[in-house]
Amino acid sequence: MANEKEVVIDVKNLSVGFHVRGKKTNVIRNISFPVYRGETLAIVGESGSGKSVTTKTFTGMLDSNGFISGGSIIFDGLDLAKFKTNDDWLQIRGKRIATIFQDPMTSLNPLLTIGYQISEVLILHHGLSKKEAKEEAIKLLAKVRIPNPEERYNDYPFQYSGGMRQRVVIAIALACRPEVLICDEPTTALDVTVQAQIIALIKELQEEYKWTTIFITHDLGVVANVADRIAVMYAGQIVEYGTVEDVFYHPEHPYTWALLASLPQLGTKDEPLSFIVGNPPSFAGEIIGDAFAPRNEYAMNIDFVMEPPIFKISETHWAKTWLLSPNAPKVKKPKVIEELHLRMKGAATELKRQEGEDYE
Amino acid sequence: MSKKNLEKPPVSKDVLSPLSNTEPLSVEHPTAQDLREDEMVESVSGMDSSYQEIFNGEEKVESEIPAPKKHKNALDPKDDEFEKGRDITRGTPADDIIVKMRDVRISFKIGTLERVIINHLNLDIKRGEILGLVGESGSGKTTIGRAIIRINKVSGGEITYNNVKISGKIPKKRERLLKTKIQMIFQDPGDSLNDRANIDYIVSEGLRAFHLYDDEADRVNKVTEMMQRVGLRPEYLSRYPHEFSGGQRQRIGIARCMVMNPEFIVADEPISALDVSIRAQVLNLIKQFQQERDLTVLFIAHDLSVVKYISDRIAVIYAGKIVELCSANRLFEAPLHPYTKALLTAVPIPDPKIERKKKIVVYNPMQHHYVKSDAPEFREIEPGHFVRCNTPEFEAMKAELARLGGEKK
Ligand SMILES: Nc1ncnc2c1ncn2[C@@H]1O[C@H](COP(=O)(O)OP(=O)(O)OP(=O)(O)O)[C@@H](O)[C@H]1O
Ligand SMILES: [Mg+2]
Repeated sequence: MANEKEVVIDVKNLSVGFHVRGKKTNVIRNISFPVYRGETLAIVGESGSGKSVTTKTFTGMLDSNGFISGGSIIFDGLDLAKFKTNDDWLQIRGKRIATIFQDPMTSLNPLLTIGYQISEVLILHHGLSKKEAKEEAIKLLAKVRIPNPEERYNDYPFQYSGGMRQRVVIAIALACRPEVLICDEPTTALDVTVQAQIIALIKELQEEYKWTTIFITHDLGVVANVADRIAVMYAGQIVEYGTVEDVFYHPEHPYTWALLASLPQLGTKDEPLSFIVGNPPSFAGEIIGDAFAPRNEYAMNIDFVMEPPIFKISETHWAKTWLLSPNAPKVKKPKVIEELHLRMKGAATELKRQEGEDYE
Repeated sequence: MSKKNLEKPPVSKDVLSPLSNTEPLSVEHPTAQDLREDEMVESVSGMDSSYQEIFNGEEKVESEIPAPKKHKNALDPKDDEFEKGRDITRGTPADDIIVKMRDVRISFKIGTLERVIINHLNLDIKRGEILGLVGESGSGKTTIGRAIIRINKVSGGEITYNNVKISGKIPKKRERLLKTKIQMIFQDPGDSLNDRANIDYIVSEGLRAFHLYDDEADRVNKVTEMMQRVGLRPEYLSRYPHEFSGGQRQRIGIARCMVMNPEFIVADEPISALDVSIRAQVLNLIKQFQQERDLTVLFIAHDLSVVKYISDRIAVIYAGKIVELCSANRLFEAPLHPYTKALLTAVPIPDPKIERKKKIVVYNPMQHHYVKSDAPEFREIEPGHFVRCNTPEFEAMKAELARLGGEKK
């Protein structure tokens, strides 16, 4: 699967740091991964693991105290890691690579009408006339299922609900026909029913427009829905990378195990949920060994002294843990991980009954 | 594989030996500096002033109540009126209702307009249970929770606690008592903690206000013990909220609440603002306390999967009305109200095979065709399973239940 696919963004040995109070932090630590064209790559991991910082480098949107300290980001023969000025980014940001953020108001101006904000993009990027832009904008609003788009065209953002605002942001992204759409927790602030609709909309439009999605979320349920591939991040590194099946059904990194095992959906009433003890490491100092070691119940002595290399598990799947070393003792995965599908199937009985479908 | 990694020396067997069990794994002691580092991406918004007001409001009643004598519990449960209430229902555990809401109406005034959020609400919370209250934002979940702790005024109907009225005008003494018996855990662990006070002050605040300790040594003891219970080091007591991560702050919030030894807790989305990896820990804590102390919890959430794990019963609320109420397992097994079904199919299931086959049910509130002559009511469809429906719907749901079969054990 992996080999024939075309890579649209190729990240190689990327490192990112920030200037904080006269010191430099090292927040993204030498990561490499491909993003395949037409697919959805989900990036998961704890808060602060570097999901947003990683993708912000794709559009030159790092905060002003941030800098790329090494590596490359190859997109269509260009190395985005070398881009410096706003002029460099002009043809890329928002045009070929667009971003949808958690809070739609980061992308919308509260003082301008919804219609104006979409038309503006169309005039700017596609050189449409005012009238053409308005027609096109209304079409786009209809596309993202805003009811009565002609009437709602002249509304201000505050007149829209959170879910509708996010639809408008999607419409603005659509207006640019991006090749890559970065969705940074686009549904985290929304109600589950609205979230389900927005996700369905993004998937549907992706089918039609054939873009590539990078989907950042901490919700493994959402990941199961949207992802073709998953990158699991921990402390500024990708610790496991594989297809959605690889990562859900055959995870190999103890951090992935811990993340999956803490899902309340896997819990049964009579046993406490498992959780990850402690906190992620600080980026202020140097991280020695495997960054996850202090919280890892499977940690071995070597984890405290030496960073693990990447171990290939299959053509599509790799993980960065000493447990995969041929010399490591064999360990049993947590029971809930082995039973994940079984337990979820149990929990999904109501769906089976309701739809009369077979959830094998 | 990166070049750097390839250059690493081959791994010998002995360095790969598992850690000995006696060696403590992760010890949680980030320095203040580390924590501030992590802080930068966290958003902290304004403080909940209304609660703060209520919480500090006891100063007004202070003068009316003689200062509690030392060495005697200021709120001796034997002579308080709540205990009398409890006696009435004692012996019939099935009906042991701690909080009763009857025909409750809650509205807010916006200028001259009155916006009714909750109307004709009836809800019983059983002693010792965790009742999950789920629904989307704006459906009235928080409003209900806040009405119980008297932050929101009730403009109609009545709320009782141990069969004693606690809504509307009540005696000062009762209000004061209530503030020790009922506690709240908030959604944003940052918001609810006063950032200028150290952890010791924050956790002790309620103890001090109601003098729920014998002497200083007893207070320190209680607070220290509670810190350990929630998995925080007692040394942290001298630190300030901003020095802690979200999960730690939520545990401080729980410590502050539990140190009061409450009977009833309103937990308003206590894990929504937390990272997935630490949610489980907070859920475990709440559940442990509930089991150990026969605590009753109203657990407010928008995520059904979380509520299923923690709740004994679940109430689903839509637009200010409870549309379905039954045991947590049964709700997942046999959801009947179309909104419950929509909510159930909307929650993403962390299993790609299942999640991708799932069909999403969309709820349209217009689908019911309710008429005045046959208005929807909250009806019991099977024992303990209530659904808001009219007569034709009631019949249809009964038929649906018959097809599904009875409750599985
Ligand atoms: N402007 C900045 N200055 C200093 N450090 C920063 C800055 N922006 C981000 N960081 C740090 O970079 C690290 C990664 O942050 P990032 O926002 O990518 O995390 P994330 O995985 O997206 O987390 P979340 O799930 O909370 O969005 C964090 O430790 C954060 O504190
Ligand atoms: Mg982020």
